Amino acid sequence: MIGEGTHSTNQRRHTYARDNVEVGFFTDPTVCIGCKACEVACKEWNHVPDDGFVWSGNSYDNTGHLGASTWRHVMFVEQDRQKGGQIVGSHSLGDTNGENPFRWIFLSDVCKHCEEAGCLEACPTGAIVRTEIGSVLVQNDVCNGCGYCVVSCPFGVIDRRPQPLPDAGGAFKCTFCYDRQKSGLTPACAKACPTESIVFGRLDDLRARAMQRVQQLREHGYADAQLYDPTETSVRGTHAFFLILGEPEAYGLPPKPQIPTIHLKAAWTAAFATAIGAIVVTLCAFAFS
Amino acid sequence: MPNESRIDQLREEAWAKGIVTGCGVDVAGGPIPQKPGYYGQPVVRPPVWTWEIPIYFFAGGVGGMSAVIAFGALLFHHFDVARAAMWIAAIASVLSPVLLILDLGRPHLFINMLRVFKPQSAMSMGAWILVAFGVCVVPGLIALELQAFQLFAGALDQILGVAEGILVFGSAIFGMLLATYTGVLIGATAIPAWFLHHKLLPIHFGTAGLGSAAALLELLGHRIAPLNAIGLFAAAFETVLLIWLSIDKHGVADRAIHQHGSGWLIRIGEMLTGPIPLVLRFFGVIPLAATSFLVGALISRFGWIAVGKISGRDPEAVFASQR
Repeated sequence: MIGEGTHSTNQRRHTYARDNVEVGFFTDPTVCIGCKACEVACKEWNHVPDDGFVWSGNSYDNTGHLGASTWRHVMFVEQDRQKGGQIVGSHSLGDTNGENPFRWIFLSDVCKHCEEAGCLEACPTGAIVRTEIGSVLVQNDVCNGCGYCVVSCPFGVIDRRPQPLPDAGGAFKCTFCYDRQKSGLTPACAKACPTESIVFGRLDDLRARAMQRVQQLREHGYADAQLYDPTETSVRGTHAFFLILGEPEAYGLPPKPQIPTIHLKAAWTAAFATAIGAIVVTLCAFAFS
Repeated sequence: MPNESRIDQLREEAWAKGIVTGCGVDVAGGPIPQKPGYYGQPVVRPPVWTWEIPIYFFAGGVGGMSAVIAFGALLFHHFDVARAAMWIAAIASVLSPVLLILDLGRPHLFINMLRVFKPQSAMSMGAWILVAFGVCVVPGLIALELQAFQLFAGALDQILGVAEGILVFGSAIFGMLLATYTGVLIGATAIPAWFLHHKLLPIHFGTAGLGSAAALLELLGHRIAPLNAIGLFAAAFETVLLIWLSIDKHGVADRAIHQHGSGWLIRIGEMLTGPIPLVLRFFGVIPLAATSFLVGALISRFGWIAVGKISGRDPEAVFASQR
């Protein structure tokens, strides 16, 4: 049966924070029903203000994308492809004798809590820190809203909250429910997920389970199932990884995300060369003319 | 963009007529959306910075490189030029933090910038460079002015001379970093059109800063040969950078530089700092050349921020830069 083998620790109390165990999210779209309970639970627990009341016309997604006031975002991906062993028939588009397949995929997006986090490296105030459970946390009382993390996140997760929303000015993103985890509770989104599409648990366990799940789905005919966890790039893996069907681009996920600090060496070299060049040019100009 | 008021319209229509004829909301490009990525949503976030930042880039460039010129002028006994250049540097060193603080989301917490010293964050390094620059420039200018008015005599005057030399040298060191680090700042980000040019940006910002400093001093009446030589060099180098940028194209990934309004800002900025002042200087029309360079340098900084905003909203650019 599909769904077997991914028993989560969603409903159990835990001591991960006390024992300094690295934890993560594994999000599986094949069991997601698009109920958005995760979005609601996140907003309620974390007192996240509204992110605009807009009808996008993009399937059932009126949330849009992750941002300062959107820490969970359920995507509704519509594709003209077959989903696993889906029987193409009366549910396909038009009456073309079932030749036009159609699939609808729901995936709950969240901050990836990167192993090498662009926002954390970029933060000039030290407001963004790495916690004992491996998550990346913005200390709201320290952040002065310089906005450098916003352009440094390769996933476009963190953003500055505009006026007139409460607590405006600072940078905000998913906290991995650090406060709940300190008390041995599961993050609000995973707790609320009715199908355990969001699985919370120890990072090492979760990775093994995710691989197992991909294997299981492939055996069941989901040929394009893969794990989205960029371990091969300078991001060096994430604490929130996703099972996806098809290419990451369709989910607005960067295919090969890189941490911006990889450009620092070359950029600073160019800057120092220019600085020395400028002083040489100036001295020459005064000496020879 | 439809919003919740549409619900009220539908309710009213249902109440009045007993039936609703129109749609709630049109499906965007359905049944299968054809926009790139996920409904064309941005993959990375565009910068949240507003007009203060390009003006700061400009002021930092002019001020920082003015300190470099002040050092050269002092070394070769152009005392008046050194004083004027240090005045520009000092004004920039006061104006720059004000602009930066204005742009912060929480300006009252600006001092948190100095909580940590973080080499891997160009923003942190910039804050410290700016502080060090201010610490050298302001007392340096005071020392220079005290000497100019010959308030002290004998040994005291000699000590003042030494202090002034050290402070102006320090101003030049931190000034040239102030003028170039801004290129590192936006080069080391996740915005495709920026990081694809992370080597060009510090060179461009530094050169534009040097040329602008010389141009501003010339406009203030210091029409001497060394400043003209610097101006000539900067304009020639900017022309080279213009050619570099038009050769080093990355297609879809950096199209914000070559298309849209942002592309025009970049092009206009390049022309006004490159070929135009170069030709004008050859014909000796220095005030016009200097004005052109200054305006071009300012437009170009606005152009690069605009490029970041457009490139950051472009999912195809992100995909193209990674595939």
